[in-house]
Amino acid sequence: MNITLCFFAKFREKLATQHELYTLPSSCEVQELLQQLAQRGGVWQELFDCPKGVLVAINQEMASLDSLISDDDEVAFFPPVTGG
Amino acid sequence: MYKNIEVSKKDFDIKFELEKLCLANVGAIVSFTGLVREQASHGQVTAIELEHYPAMTQKSLEKIVVQAEQRWPLLGAIVIHRVGYLAAHEQIVLVAVASQHRQAAFEAAAFIMDFLKSKAPFWKKEYIAGQAEGHWVDAKDSDEAALAKWS
Repeated sequence: MNITLCFFAKFREKLATQHELYTLPSSCEVQELLQQLAQRGGVWQELFDCPKGVLVAINQEMASLDSLISDDDEVAFFPPVTGG
Repeated sequence: MYKNIEVSKKDFDIKFELEKLCLANVGAIVSFTGLVREQASHGQVTAIELEHYPAMTQKSLEKIVVQAEQRWPLLGAIVIHRVGYLAAHEQIVLVAVASQHRQAAFEAAAFIMDFLKSKAPFWKKEYIAGQAEGHWVDAKDSDEAALAKWS
């Protein structure tokens, strides 16, 4: 199944990308996807191997580590928010 | 209930916005304005840049206002959050709430700001005088802790 990854703020800058099309063999939980991305090493590991430093939204709704990712989802990764 | 929720590059006029909340039965309007603070712990802030997640920002602000509406008898609410490049002293955010009596308006305005701070997808990058590169502002634990009082 195919999903779209989106990156914002520090994630967008450090990874030098805003979007990526990503293929998963089957539906999985957020934490499994975090592990896969961390396994890319380097800056990916630095950003994704740190559960407290990364927030995840699925289809523009905040998600948690055990939220399920499905086909066609937009999965966004970003640091804790600092608006206001 | 009157609602106006906006994410905008443009500045806002507080007086003009608050007049929209002078509605029938309104006896109290509470507003909060957030500004770009000049002083940071590590130097003089010349400007900030506000990034957001366009597809999510509006939805998340609307959700916060709906939650406030469910807790307090509100007659109107305005949330305007700016994005883009803002110089020191510029206005960043306006939260204004109208109700019949003051307590609901005070509490709902504080509630909306507390949730906006921890849940709405905005990120600040600060530019410090004498430094070419901006740096991302870290979230404060105290912001997350502020939510506890509403649970």
